[in-house]
Amino acid sequence: MTTADTAPLSYPFNTPESLELAEEYEQARSRPGLLRVQLAYGEPAWLVTRYAEARLVLGDQRFSRAESALHDEPRQSEGRRDSGILGMDPPDHTRLRSLVAKAFTVRQAEKLRPQVRELTGALLDELEAAGPPADLVDRYALPLPVAVICRLLGVPAEDRPRFRVWSDAALSTSSLTAEEFDVSFEELRTYMRQLIEDHRRAPRDDLMTALIDARDVDDRLSEPELVDLCVGILVAGHETTATQIPNFVLALLDHPDELARLRERPELIGSAVEELLRFVPLGSGAGQARYAKEDVEVGGTLVRAGSPVLVAVGAANRDALRFSEPGRLDISRDGNQHLGFGHGVHHCLGAPLARLELQEAIGALIHRFPGLHVAGDVVWKSQMLVRGPRVLPVGW
Amino acid sequence: MTWRVEVDAKQCMASGMCANIAPELFVLGEARSRPVTPEIEEDERALDAADCCPALAITVSDDGGNVIGPRP
Repeated sequence: MTTADTAPLSYPFNTPESLELAEEYEQARSRPGLLRVQLAYGEPAWLVTRYAEARLVLGDQRFSRAESALHDEPRQSEGRRDSGILGMDPPDHTRLRSLVAKAFTVRQAEKLRPQVRELTGALLDELEAAGPPADLVDRYALPLPVAVICRLLGVPAEDRPRFRVWSDAALSTSSLTAEEFDVSFEELRTYMRQLIEDHRRAPRDDLMTALIDARDVDDRLSEPELVDLCVGILVAGHETTATQIPNFVLALLDHPDELARLRERPELIGSAVEELLRFVPLGSGAGQARYAKEDVEVGGTLVRAGSPVLVAVGAANRDALRFSEPGRLDISRDGNQHLGFGHGVHHCLGAPLARLELQEAIGALIHRFPGLHVAGDVVWKSQMLVRGPRVLPVGW
Repeated sequence: MTWRVEVDAKQCMASGMCANIAPELFVLGEARSRPVTPEIEEDERALDAADCCPALAITVSDDGGNVIGPRP
């Protein structure tokens, strides 16, 4: 049994320039108790690597996100991020989440499918016209989710180059000082405040207008909450999907039999995306520590009240106690309740939309280009919370 | 007033949202969530859970059988 006295291991384990799951996780999963880890900043934390314990910590009210504001939260960069809705517990969290939840249900996302399909088609036409080699990230993976979230929220898509810089900074773990980080984030807030004022003057049929009504008419959220919610939706609404599209392409190219099977049986795209969400460990490490509000026993370790716990979702998704042959990519896997979108109240708000975008983006791409291949050096994002190619040259 | 809470097992994706928002009303199993009891005393959190469910799997009705959650 691990105790709090054991010297913590340096964390994160994953290397940024690949999509591999670090070996340390394999070892951690197979031994009893939780690991003690130390991130670059903040206090040491317990690390959960198994599926059952991951669901426990993410889904149990005895673990709190709001408490992190009162502690020296474990983190990869110096600056403390105000995590907005991700830093809240019920009932505050419920109040904000219920305002936006209905824009992101399965049914709402499904309504956008024709538009998303049209967009992927148009982007592939442009890609084809440009000719190989072409950067899949800049020409396809990024413009698609950006266009979708911009339309949904009410942000001009032509501002993409501006908020790519802000969004990079928001998810960066790099040497940005706390001050630099704050400056960048404040610029993004100022930009959003201006857009909100525009919408106040000229309401339109989008989520931002609906949220402004919730603020101005029903007083259900404060002005800073309104701004941060819009910022959060914009950043979270494109960065992860934009990163997973090239990641999924690489994972499929790495498993040519599964890719061939998906091309022969396009109806498998739904389960293929779920399997890729399980299989590809997106994060460089775990973040968003949960603080125990009382003493809780987690997988053989007594977590004391006031201690932080990190959940390594990518490791839990490869837990052999939950998934048979967890290291194998099987695009027709059954009962695939992966934790790729998290679990509990902070389960990814945009999950239905992300699923739809990934299904459409991957499906359309592999069918348009039967000879799709990597055609140059992959440039990896480094020092980001998410892993994936920054540049992915492809040919066909 | 007594309300009725249902979770559509086919829609449910076991995100854990409801059991976390209203642990007295919902219990999460391995693959799906279910109400602790289908009949409950009037409770705003049942409506919150229905609103927040990413799968829209929760239905709340009043004692006249009118669907009151998820709210429009």
